[in-house]
Amino acid sequence: MAGNTGDKVRSDCRIKLTLAEKGGIVINMESKVTVMYGEANLQLVREIMEFFGIHHATIDIEDSGALPHVLAARLEVCIKKISNTRKEYLLPISRGEIVGGEPGRFRRSRLYLPGNTPAMMINAGIHQSDGIILDLEDSVAAERKDEARILVRNALRNIDFFGAERMVRINQLPLGLEDTAILAPHGVELILIPKCEEDWQVHEVEKVVSSTLEKTGPDQQIFFMPIIESALGVENAFRIASASKNVVAMAIGLEDLCADLGVARTAGGKESFFARTRIVNACKAAGIQPIDSVFSDVTNMEALLENVKKSAALGFEGMGCIHPGQIRVIHQGFRPGEPEVEKALKILEAYREARKNGLGVVSLGSKMIDAPVVARAEQTLQLARKYRLIK
Amino acid sequence: MVPDQVNGREQIPYKGVGKYIPDANRHAPRIASCANYPANGDKRLKDLKAALEKSGLRDGMTISTHHHFRNGDLLANQVFDIAHEMGVKDLTWFPSASFPCHEHLVQYLEDGTIHHIEGSMNGPLGQYVSEGRMNGTGVLRSHGGRYQAVQDGEVQIDIAVIGSPTADPFGNANGLSGDSACGLLGFALADSQYADQVIVATDNLVEFPCIPWQIQGNYVDHVVEVERLGDPGQIVSGTTRITRSPDRLMLAELTARFCDAAGIIRDGFSFQSGAGGTSLAVGEYFRQIMQEKKIRARFARGGSNQYLVSMLEEGLVDYILDGQTFDLDGVRSMAENPNHVWTSPFTSYNYHSKGNFAGMVDVVILGATEVDTSFNANVVTHSDGSLLHGIGGWQNCLFSKTVILPIPLFRDRIPVVKDRVTTLCGPGELIDVIVTERGIAINPLRKDLVEATRDSGLPIKTIEELKSEAERICGVPRSAEFEDEVVAVIKWVDGTIIDAVRKVRQE
Repeated sequence: MAGNTGDKVRSDCRIKLTLAEKGGIVINMESKVTVMYGEANLQLVREIMEFFGIHHATIDIEDSGALPHVLAARLEVCIKKISNTRKEYLLPISRGEIVGGEPGRFRRSRLYLPGNTPAMMINAGIHQSDGIILDLEDSVAAERKDEARILVRNALRNIDFFGAERMVRINQLPLGLEDTAILAPHGVELILIPKCEEDWQVHEVEKVVSSTLEKTGPDQQIFFMPIIESALGVENAFRIASASKNVVAMAIGLEDLCADLGVARTAGGKESFFARTRIVNACKAAGIQPIDSVFSDVTNMEALLENVKKSAALGFEGMGCIHPGQIRVIHQGFRPGEPEVEKALKILEAYREARKNGLGVVSLGSKMIDAPVVARAEQTLQLARKYRLIK
Repeated sequence: MVPDQVNGREQIPYKGVGKYIPDANRHAPRIASCANYPANGDKRLKDLKAALEKSGLRDGMTISTHHHFRNGDLLANQVFDIAHEMGVKDLTWFPSASFPCHEHLVQYLEDGTIHHIEGSMNGPLGQYVSEGRMNGTGVLRSHGGRYQAVQDGEVQIDIAVIGSPTADPFGNANGLSGDSACGLLGFALADSQYADQVIVATDNLVEFPCIPWQIQGNYVDHVVEVERLGDPGQIVSGTTRITRSPDRLMLAELTARFCDAAGIIRDGFSFQSGAGGTSLAVGEYFRQIMQEKKIRARFARGGSNQYLVSMLEEGLVDYILDGQTFDLDGVRSMAENPNHVWTSPFTSYNYHSKGNFAGMVDVVILGATEVDTSFNANVVTHSDGSLLHGIGGWQNCLFSKTVILPIPLFRDRIPVVKDRVTTLCGPGELIDVIVTERGIAINPLRKDLVEATRDSGLPIKTIEELKSEAERICGVPRSAEFEDEVVAVIKWVDGTIIDAVRKVRQE
């Protein structure tokens, strides 16, 4: 048995597979889309059975509009539960192009999607978050991990996320290493490593990525974003951040961290102040992006915006989201303000002017401008350029 | 091909938008004389059965009811329970719309009490009709088309039963107060004026005069008290909430941004937006844009609800021209606020009139089950061929200056943009813009809109591109297969037949 069914389930199916001695392949399908896709679905099921060399079985399918990659994933899991095959049934890739390979790309917003819920994945890309995370860890029940892994693999191949960075949050090691081996060849651009406490955990994942891609291709770089969620992780933050050139960002997970610290998570966040600033510092020292935890009240956009602004002020460059409605607010929160951009432009202008005139000391109004002020202004303008606020 | 005969009556096939212009007189009801009515104005009878008997209920009659109680209607079922008890057969039910609560009537279609339905067939009744199980042929009309059919004599109502939340013994009635308050009774207006016998049924009888009289007692034959007309929780049901689906919110926002970019949202404009979650969200995005621009709309047409009422009360909208009240805020506002005006299909939609309001609306936001690459749209059947929805005011609203359909590109793997709609309800020449979460298609006939939004940064695509994208994701759908048997016909606003729904072929 694999998949989901029920009144509220959309774009999914539940399949029950029973092997038989004889009688060929018997398919009982109840579907909302029988008229449009019944024949196509039957053909796909037969093809998959043929692929796995199963000739006698009864397959009961309750379909609520599952796309082919979902149907295929559910059936493959059923087959793998009753046989030891390592074969993979892969539909032709139908996602968009993967641009990839840019360590410093925007990672302001990354949208978490539960890894075993196909309906939420199909349109995820239209909301234009910088990244989309197909989550295998906390959002998937322990007994559904196998299902989710195959579904996520197919989703990576067959869903267009319109240029959002394709991320997967693997399970805690060692299970996460199995996830990595299965998913690495299928277009994942960044792997989130949860509950990261030591640099060797990054190395383990990296080893699996290299050995898998060596065997299967493609020749692609996969980045890492360790998530620090414990006191020990915080203490080791810099070592983790600098564990590999493929670590391009590091996130903090406040729910688990607060539990580990034995404190309640509050709106003000005083209890995690040290941890957050520590993460920012470690990331900056390692030259990677510090990423803040998710904000869990999906209805309160004002509080979210305030939270993002505080986060940006501490030095974070991105934040997780659990609802598409949060994406725009997060982007807005990390956007440099107009006065800030104007000031930066003035500083650089004054600086250039002074250099041209051979002046050693630069001042703007009554304020002295020294090298760090110029550097900061340059950073602001770089961000403003990324936001297309200036050319 | 559409049938030229339906339920034994000659029919005229659709000729094109604005092409069918009949040269004839309107239908006229029988002359009534005061001498036949109680001089003291008290038209009460003891119960609904007595009123139906007094109205001469017999085999083959046409009985009308109305949907202002929506899924909370308890009256239509009572009417046919009585007809069944009296052993009457072969009735035509002429509702302004049916709802899932009317599944109760399937047994009377089975046993011949009801011969066929002329009205929107929703949910279980639609399914029943699709399977070819109804004796006669269903006839679906728009709200305006229903008024037109009555006025033109195409449908002659023998007995109209008008559920009235408040009424007096003379038959004056309104929907503004009482336990079954629903706002207005506009859908029953034609029936009160043209039916041979008019029964007002109320669960809130007041002394004469019942003010205001949305239904005039001078048209009414009998007045009866019933225990309950409707289930208040279902009359003003919770369906009128803004969607929380991020995809639908995106559709709504794109729609509003499109209207803004096209220059439609300007001071003094007018709009109509449905009661569905996406349409409500469009209204909310309109509100934000209007607040930012510090402008107001002259009027909003269509169903009212808490959101529209708050726009009226905040001065963002001068008038609500209300056709159907969807929640208690709407009912309250209509009772209190002279700028919240009740309308009827006559004022808003009737095609055989000296004009109507629909064409004056700057922009209307509607739904659809399917759209095709010629911008034709379907609102009554699903892609599997089953009849599941009514037309409502949808066809009538197509005469608005700009018609926008915000619809998802696909629903649970069912593509919404197709080569050809399963059932034609609205001709593409009247449909201007299709907004999906993956792009906006503008009807090439609307060069002005194409031009105005060219540099808007909105994701403008061709309708063919949208169709290909839906098929890339969902696969190319097979069309439903039908038998020859026609189970229902779709009327255009002028009374001609625009398409037929055929029996779905069972495996």
